[in-house]
Order: sequence, then structure tokens, then C-alpha cells
Amino acid sequence: MSNSSSLRWFALVCAAMFSLGLANSASAQQSLAQIIAGVQPKMVKLYGAGGVQGLEAYQSAFLISDEGHILTAWSYVLDADVITATLDDGRKLTAEMVGMDPRLEIAVLKVDAQDLPHFNLDEAVALEAGQRVLAFSNLYGVATGNEPTSVLRGIISAKADLAARRGAFETNYRGKVYVVDAMTNNPGAAGGALTDSKGRLAGLIGKELRNAQTNTWLNFAIPIGELAQAVVDIRAGRLRTANRNETVKKPKEAHTLALLGIQLVPDFLPKTPPFVESVKPMSPAAKADIRTDDLILFVNEQLVPSHKQVLEELTFIDRVDPVRLTIQRGQELIEVQLTLEP
Amino acid sequence: MRTVILGFCLSLSLFAQARAQGVPAAVLSAEQQRIAAIAKASKSAVAVFANGGNGGGSGVVVSPDGYALTNFHVVQPAGSYMKCSMNDGRLYDAVIVGIDPTGDVAVIKLEGRNDFPVATLADSDRVKVGDWCFAVGNPFLLATDFQPTVTYGIVSGTHRYQYPAGTLLEYADCIQTDAAINPGNSGGPLYDANGDLIGVNGRGSFEKRGRVNVGVGYAISINQIKHFLGCLKSGRIVDHATAGFNVATSESGKVLVSNILEDSDAYRRGLRYDAEIVSFGGRTIDTTNTFKNVLGIYPKGWRVPLTYRYDGKEVTTRVRLTGVHADEELLELVQRKPKPAPGPRPMPGKPEPGDEPEKIPGDKPKNERPKLPMPKPPMPLEKPKAEPPPPAIAKMIEPRRGYANYYFNRLNRDRVWKAATAGADFSKATGIWTLKGEHSRGGAAIEVSLAGDKVSGTFPAEKATLDLAKDLDGQLAPSGSGGLLVALHLWRQLLIDGPEKFGDVYYYGTAPYLTGEGEQLAEYDVLIATRNVVELRLAFDPASGRLHVLEMVADPDEDPCVVRFGDYREVNGRQLPHRLVISRGEFVYGTLTWKDLQLEGEASK
Repeated sequence: MSNSSSLRWFALVCAAMFSLGLANSASAQQSLAQIIAGVQPKMVKLYGAGGVQGLEAYQSAFLISDEGHILTAWSYVLDADVITATLDDGRKLTAEMVGMDPRLEIAVLKVDAQDLPHFNLDEAVALEAGQRVLAFSNLYGVATGNEPTSVLRGIISAKADLAARRGAFETNYRGKVYVVDAMTNNPGAAGGALTDSKGRLAGLIGKELRNAQTNTWLNFAIPIGELAQAVVDIRAGRLRTANRNETVKKPKEAHTLALLGIQLVPDFLPKTPPFVESVKPMSPAAKADIRTDDLILFVNEQLVPSHKQVLEELTFIDRVDPVRLTIQRGQELIEVQLTLEP
Repeated sequence: MRTVILGFCLSLSLFAQARAQGVPAAVLSAEQQRIAAIAKASKSAVAVFANGGNGGGSGVVVSPDGYALTNFHVVQPAGSYMKCSMNDGRLYDAVIVGIDPTGDVAVIKLEGRNDFPVATLADSDRVKVGDWCFAVGNPFLLATDFQPTVTYGIVSGTHRYQYPAGTLLEYADCIQTDAAINPGNSGGPLYDANGDLIGVNGRGSFEKRGRVNVGVGYAISINQIKHFLGCLKSGRIVDHATAGFNVATSESGKVLVSNILEDSDAYRRGLRYDAEIVSFGGRTIDTTNTFKNVLGIYPKGWRVPLTYRYDGKEVTTRVRLTGVHADEELLELVQRKPKPAPGPRPMPGKPEPGDEPEKIPGDKPKNERPKLPMPKPPMPLEKPKAEPPPPAIAKMIEPRRGYANYYFNRLNRDRVWKAATAGADFSKATGIWTLKGEHSRGGAAIEVSLAGDKVSGTFPAEKATLDLAKDLDGQLAPSGSGGLLVALHLWRQLLIDGPEKFGDVYYYGTAPYLTGEGEQLAEYDVLIATRNVVELRLAFDPASGRLHVLEMVADPDEDPCVVRFGDYREVNGRQLPHRLVISRGEFVYGTLTWKDLQLEGEASK
């Protein structure tokens, strides 16, 4: 092989490698923008209660069915008379609460629309530490109307149990989380989507969590695998508010809060959360150790997101039957049963 | 030849080695590209240090003679003289040039070189969410070692609108990034993956987490700054614009005019309440925010293309934008200096004004949760005393009410005027100027006689004389021209007197005007001159220096008389226009062609 021919050969190989490298990186670069553009139509901006004392009246969510089911984080934002969901194309629709799971702090809403782009929870991917991720959310409410949500890029630092406890990360959720090295969990980001670098759904961005002892903020997402079953349950009708028609019979003598010995915080909002104001001594509630500031989540497995709903639900339970309550006390969930003494 | 081959072999074996370690060639190549982009971009980045230890920030050089961009909120506490370091290891003196307080942009000029490394300005409208980008700057004033800090990230959002704090620091149409933007990064460059400039960092969302990066930074788009750059170099305090009308999104999703001022230029261009805005500034308007974004990227005084639908018709026109602020109001807002630093040092960790790098303007700060101490920038315990600028630099600082630095206004005014007159002396041509020619309509003869004490003209079907003892704003002859005779009279006076003696003449900056070829626009140098009770806006071709358009504004709430100058030819050693096109609003008065121009008085020279 002569010098010149070997040179040509080397040059060719180098050129090939070089162009390969360039082409690869160029297409990777372009596809990140394309991947993001593919995810954005599935994102939802939610608007509800808040707007006072530094509580944002907005959060993030994403579509999980073509008929308008929306997955988000369960928070005070949803304690509103009307929850508005703004889709990526700018459509503003009223979202109805389908149901929620207080243990996972997730909620499923639904808007009345068809043929929507969405994530399929069955196709969600599981990630390991070290993998690249993208975080889509409407943090700080930056986007409005048809403006796309914000995108941050990061890496999974760890998949670990959330060290949730009083004084540290105060949340009901105690399962595995993806800890992210980017600042994904900003105001308004809760309910956003965490995807892998190909835009495949991997997690639901959690609420802002601050460790009161170290003043550090945790950036995390709940793996879809941890909540997929709960979403199925919510959509199947479990974990939702009762939806009865008028033919359902009410008992002649139903339970009342007064008989149970519970006084709730006065009903002054369209959806006042059912917090216990006081408990009558020696009452069934007192015997079941219900305390002031407890929040009633479920009455006999029926979701009761408001004061009115608690009253309504009790009218369906005969006094002779026990009442099962699921209560949130601080960051604990407690199940109690109340029985009237004959 | 052999060494070349050896080199190739070596690089191949390196590749092979890397391959063996599992690093794909694409990754290595991307790494090399990134290194090259950062190396290229870091050269034009500037670390700004305020005189007397009053904090600092970042900047970026955009011209070889040292004009650099930074934030208004960086230079406001710094004053008119500052020190700037670059990664060549040198410290340069810099002076303030112009400020845009509403857009939070400032231009400063570095001294000491004519070959500063400059950033390449990209087209920021082509930036997409997901594009890689990086910020280079001086966070926490760490660049005291001449090494700027580089933070990498992606573009998180484009065309973002961030509300102003009061009426200042509005970030319209900005770029959102997750590259770390911290105090001290303000004013510094945001580059794309190629190392080309896409924006100037200046703001972040923080709220309760202290004033450090939380993954949400905003950069003023370089396309907006391109619009303002010419005005910022004028030494002025540049204002942003209002359109004279508001819009709202209707239930059907159309953007409709919800309110309009009857004395606005938009109203004169036929825009009415309930008209649908189709496009503005060349961009399709689909939401109110898009409209606000477009409006936010233009300086006061520009004419911006507008397409609207009204009464079944689609109209494309250009509307002149007025200021967001009254002149006095803007002045007062700008001069409201931040509180001076208190004497004793506060508790460690307590933010002290003037001692930190500039604070990044963020979203409405809230204090509902406890904060940990902010990381303190490494500053000497004893604040350095403010030094006076060296004499050569002091000459470049001319405070004047209404200006950031009048020195640069005078410099540009004289530059434009020198180019416009091309060395010809009109000061002795104080006799009668006689202009003879014909009107485009039927070739009717026209004669205009201009003198210091008498101005008259013969036009088709009309003779007119100006009474120079009275205000000129009511003497708008010949009818339909909007005041051609006044325009020509003041044009002559300006040529004879020069800008110094004529009255109040200042350099506006640059603004787009029709070139005269179809709808083509180009940027021209603009002087604004006021005499008697009328204002002249004069646009000069930056290439030839010649006067291109003269607008005579008798009443700011009415359309001006617009005179387009063309067909320059030499008359006794002076270049004079031989064709004038006169119009007012949509009405074209006609084209005047001069056959004979006599400038008396020059014989006595």
C-alpha cells in the first residue's frame, strides 16, 4: 500500500467517523426539541383554589386517556368549586373530580372532550439512578393559555423510599420515589410529568417538600408503577365520591354528626374541607379517639371532599349500622369505626 | 506526509481507546463541540464590577470597539463608571452608554482596545424548547480571577411573558432556561449550543427558596435587544412602547381590540374597537399574551407592521408606537436609586444592599417561610473606596438630565450630521434658496423661495406664504401636504445653522423606514430636532449618510408631513436632493422634481 493510498484510506475512515458523530449529535439535538414537542400536547394546566398567603392557585397535570381523564397531585388547589383545565391547545375546560387516593396524594379528574393526546399508564417506563429525565410542569404558572409548559432536564439521582415523617418531609406518601437532581418541584409543578429522555412517562412530579430540619427541598416524582393500580381503582369507581341517583332509598333514621359527637369547621366555602372543630365528650367520636383538626377523607369508603358531602353521605347510613371513617391526622391516615350506643 | 498519517493514526487509536472504554464517537464529538462552543463564547463574556464595591454582574461584548450589553439593574447601582474583566486576564475601564429601564437592558462601553472579541448575535426566534444552551458570567462575583463561570442547561420555554415590577423590568418574549442563573449572572450572555448569543440573562423565579437558582431563569431575547441596540448607543434613557390600543381574547378565540385611543396612530390607520388583530410585528397574534410579547420588543417611536380585519376588510399598515412612560415619569423612576449601603456591617447572612452582587429581579418575593442565609459572595471585609475615573475616561462621561450619558448622544449626533453634509458648508448660504421644478400631477410648475425672513411657494392651483412671526404648526400649506413649506423652511435652517445652533437636536438612535423599494424596510440613523413649536424627525441612510426621510410633526396627535428625499446631485459642491416625495398618512401629495436649485449667499463666501 503506497503512502498516498493509505492516507486516502485513513482520511476516509476519519471522515466517516466524523460525519457519523456529527450526524448523530445533530439528530440527537433535533430530536430533543421534537420529543418535547411530542409530550407537550399531553400536558394540562390546572387552576383552582388558592391565591392567598403564598398558596398558588394552579398546578400541573397530564392526560391519561383519549376521553379526558387527567392525573394530578391531590392538593388544596382541587378544593375548588370549579377546577379549570387548560389544554395545550389553549382550550379551557371544566374538570370534574373523578376520585382520589389520599395515601398516594393523587387525584383523577375528567374533562368533557374526545380524541385527546395522552400518556398510556400501561406503557410507562421504570427508571434507574443515572438515567436522564425531562420534567414537564407549569412551575410558577409561567405558561398560560396555549403556551407550552416548562421543561427542565435532569438525572435520576436515586430511587428510594421517601423518608416522610413529621418535621421532615411531611406527606402521606411513603413509597418509592425518583429523586431528581434538577429543581423539578417548584410552586405549581406538582402533578407534572417526569419522562425519560425519549419522552416516555416515568413519574408524577410530587408536591414541594421541604425538610424543616435542614431547610432543604426535595425534588422527586412518584413512579407511575406505584400509582397505576390506584388510578385503575379510581377510574373503576372505587375511591370516588358516591354517585347515586334519586331512586336510592335513604334509611328512615340515619346518622347525624350531632349524634356521633362531631362538630365540623363551619361550612363557609363552596367546598369546605371537612375538618373536625370539636368532639363532644363521651360521644362515639370521642370513644373512637377522633380529635380536633382531624380531616375526614372517607365515610364508609365513599370519598367526602367537603363538609356538605359528609352530611350527605351520613344520610345514607342507618343508625343501627356502624360508620367507618378514614381520617387524616397530620400526615397519618387513621381508620376508625363509630357505633351508636343503643 | 508521514507525520500527517501518524497524526491520523494517533487520533484513530484515541478513538479506538475511547471506544474500548465504551464512549461512543458521537459523545466524544458532542463533547468536543461543546468545549469549542464554550471556548469561543467565553471570550466575549464580561464580568462587571461596580466602582466602590457596589456589587456587580455580567455582560457581553457585541462590537469590536467595546460596546457591551448588560442589565439596567446591574448598572443602576454601579453608576456611570465601572471596571470590567474578561477572560484574557485584563481589567478594562467601562462607562455607561444607554439604558432601557423597562426592558432591563443597558449598554456600556469598554475602553482600551479596538479589537475586542465579540459575540455572534443569533436569531433568537429560531430557538426551540429543548435546545441546549449555556450561560457565561459572574455569579456571586466569582470571576475576580478573570475566569467566568459556565452553567449549562436547556431552553425550558420560549416567548415567555414576565410581568414588570411596577412599570419597569418587564420581560416580554423572553427565553426561559434551566441553566443556573444566579445573582451576578445578570446582564451576562445566554448562548446556544454553537456559542452564539441568544439572550441576556437577568431574571428568575424564586419566591420562597431564597434568591438562588431554582431551575427557572429568564433571558431577554437577543432579537429584542437588536431592536433597541441603536437607541441604546445614543446615550439616552430609552422607553418601551404602547400601541394606543388594548386587546382581549374573545370567546371564539380571536384577539379583538377592546379599547383604543382616538388620537393614536393606530386609530388614524383605521383600527377601531372590535377589529380583529391578525398579525403584529410580522407575528401571527393568537392570544393576548402574544400581542403583549410582540409589543414588548419594540422601542418607543418605531413603526411596526400591523394587519387587522375590520368591517369585512383585511388591512395591512404600519403603526407608530408611543412611549409607555411620560418622559418625566421615566426619569423619576430611573433616578430612584436603590437605598445606600448602611455604615455598620449587618449580621452575617443578612443581605446588605450594595454588598451583594445585584439582586436578580424575580417574581413577587414572599417571606412566608424561613430562609437559610444566602451564600455570600467573597468580598473583602473593608469595602474598597469608590475611585474617580481616570481623566481619559472621565471625558467620556457627561451627565445631562434625561440622558444616561450625553457624551454618546453628542458623539452620534455629530457623526450623523458630518456624514449628512459630507463636508459641505451651508453656513454661508444664508441668502434666498430658490427651488424650481414640477409636480408629478400633470407636470405643473412649482417654485419655492426660502429665506430667513420670507418663505413662499407657488404650487398647483395655490400660492402660499409663511408668516415666520407666528407659530408654524398652524401654517400647513400647501393644502394636503401636511406642511411641506414649513418642512422645507426648517430643512434649510437646519442646514445653515447646524444641529448645535438650530435648537434642541438629539440623536434618537436607529429606527426602520421604508427604503423606497416596495415594502422593504431598513434601519436608519434618526435625529430629532425641535424648533418653534414643531418637531422634525430626520432619518439618515447609514451607508451614504444622506437625509432619507424628513417628518415634520406639527401636532403629535396628527399625521406628520413626510418628505422622502432622493436623486441627490451636486450643486456647487453640495449634494442636494432633486426629487421629493411628499405624503401625509395614506395620502400621497405628489412627487416634486427640481430642475433648478439656487442657493444664494454662497457667492459672498
